[in-house]
Amino acid sequence: MNDFDFYKSESIADAVEKISNHTDSRFIAGGTNLIDLLKYNLLRVSSLVDVNSIKNQSVTEKDGLVLLNAFATNAETAYHPIIEQRYPLLSKAILAGASAQIRNMATNGGNLLQRTRCYYFYDANTPCNKREPGSGCSAINGYNRNLAILGTSEHCIAIFPSDMCVALSALNATVCVTGSEGERRIPFSAFHRLPDDTPELDNNLLPNELITSIELPAKGFEKNYSYLKLRDRNSYAFALVSVATAMELENDTIKEIRIALGGVASKPWRVQEAEDFLQEKAPTRENFSLAAEIILQDAKGFEFNTFKIELAKRAIIRNCLMALNPSSQLPGAQPSA
Amino acid sequence: MLTETTKPISHAKNASTVSLKINGEDKSLVLKPWVTLLDCLRENLDLTGTKKGCDHGQCGACTVICDGKRILSCLTLAVMKDGSEITTIEGIAPSGDLHPLQKAFIEHDAFQCGYCTPGQICSAIGMLAEGKANTEAEVKELMSGNLCRCGANTNIINAIMEVKNGGNYE
Ligand SMILES: Cc1cc2nc3c(=O)[nH]c(=O)nc-3n(C[C@H](O)[C@H](O)[C@H](O)COP(=O)(O)OP(=O)(O)OC[C@H]3O[C@@H](n4cnc5c(N)ncnc54)[C@H](O)[C@@H]3O)c2cc1C
Ligand code: SF4
Ligand code: FES
Ligand code: FES
Repeated sequence: MNDFDFYKSESIADAVEKISNHTDSRFIAGGTNLIDLLKYNLLRVSSLVDVNSIKNQSVTEKDGLVLLNAFATNAETAYHPIIEQRYPLLSKAILAGASAQIRNMATNGGNLLQRTRCYYFYDANTPCNKREPGSGCSAINGYNRNLAILGTSEHCIAIFPSDMCVALSALNATVCVTGSEGERRIPFSAFHRLPDDTPELDNNLLPNELITSIELPAKGFEKNYSYLKLRDRNSYAFALVSVATAMELENDTIKEIRIALGGVASKPWRVQEAEDFLQEKAPTRENFSLAAEIILQDAKGFEFNTFKIELAKRAIIRNCLMALNPSSQLPGAQPSA
Repeated sequence: MLTETTKPISHAKNASTVSLKINGEDKSLVLKPWVTLLDCLRENLDLTGTKKGCDHGQCGACTVICDGKRILSCLTLAVMKDGSEITTIEGIAPSGDLHPLQKAFIEHDAFQCGYCTPGQICSAIGMLAEGKANTEAEVKELMSGNLCRCGANTNIINAIMEVKNGGNYE
């Protein structure tokens, strides 16, 4: 880690002003990703602006909408009564990520901005377009077991590793940000980016913009939902594939369904065509299986991760069936034995 | 009581005074921003009970309790915690007795090398205070942030369940 200066900010305006006044400066929230990157010298900063004192109430209701404070911890958010009762899918997804200690530190804003866990991104001795644009991608022809099968480009096949964001995607959240030019609202589907030929950009946040809150629409799908996370060990590991299902049933048919995948792309993955296909259909294994085929129809595997295509299909079917009976979910979104 | 540390400190211009209440005692240190809470505890305050396993958030050996919450001291800068109360393994049983979890760990043979133990116990204290785990499966899931390289996990969970259930766990 290199030497740097440290500033505390007391308000949103103060934080944006401080970051704009210093070059090579970053916000620090929980620090659980940033400090790790600094320790590996993958990131060098001249100063950090601590945003932890900005925190207000972690979760608030406003005209039926619910706002998650960007500076609240993942744990506070997941265990907040409003989230547990109205958005249990989000609660379950957050609690499937990292460990209890990390969730006590990690913030909602930081979670959206965590960087990929591609091995080569972390290994400064290897080429990586995300770390060093134009240097090449070591993963495409390397060991790519935990990398993407959807939305990849010839420049990068990294995945975005968040669990929380898979649920936020299914819930159609909006990211609220403030920069020196003022406030902006970014729909969740437009927040994270595909790699294309600029894999160094993970998302559409502009330099010096601060995430201030995440807005959830009123509809929380609290009756029929499920989050399932498949990984190499059953807890404290990033997803190989995860699925968030939010479903609304009426007279035993699907009135509305949202299916978001994690661990398969550089952003949470949703396919409108599959969700439309299931509308007004019976919630059966056969129908979920047909939807899974649609979701994975464009999937492309690499040498070590082709297994993820079939894994994702099975996870979708299993998770949609579990959403019919949410109490069947296990702690930490583990698969049943 | 305010004790100025006698350890070598940095006087570089970006060092600042950090005040922490550690195991009930007020401490004031002059630290560079890049000093982690873990290094501050071990190197500046000689509290070596808190262990450095991976230094990257992947093992839980460095778990301490900060303002009542279990956190990883290796991924926290000491300056970020200015004004906080920290409890380390050295401070969990102030009277000099063993903490119930320490007793249970001994009774259940819940360690071999003991390197993960301070983190396991601080984490378990945090977990019990959170009150979110009811079943053994939930306890396991909420203790998954503490790895044991010796594989004492079964006994660790048994020890924690005994304390959680007031000593009646079989
Ligand atoms: C061992 C380990 C395992 C993990 N496992 C999982 C897992 O299984 N699933 C999962 O989802 N996550 C996992 N995580 C990642 C963890 O969830 C993230 O590190 C965390 O959410 C980041 O939040 P933070 O507040 O600590 O961010 P920080 O580390 O403080 O910041 C991350 C980035 O966001 C920026 N930033 C922070 N807040 C804001 C803001 N409000 N506005 C603008 N920029 C901001 C910072 O400048 C920095 O660039 C794991 C982490 C570790 C260390
Ligand atoms: S997949 Fe992306 S992050 Fe990984 S080596 Fe290739 S360019 Fe880098
Ligand atoms: S030393 Fe902090 S988690 Fe391993
Ligand atoms: S007792 Fe040796 S690591 Fe747990």
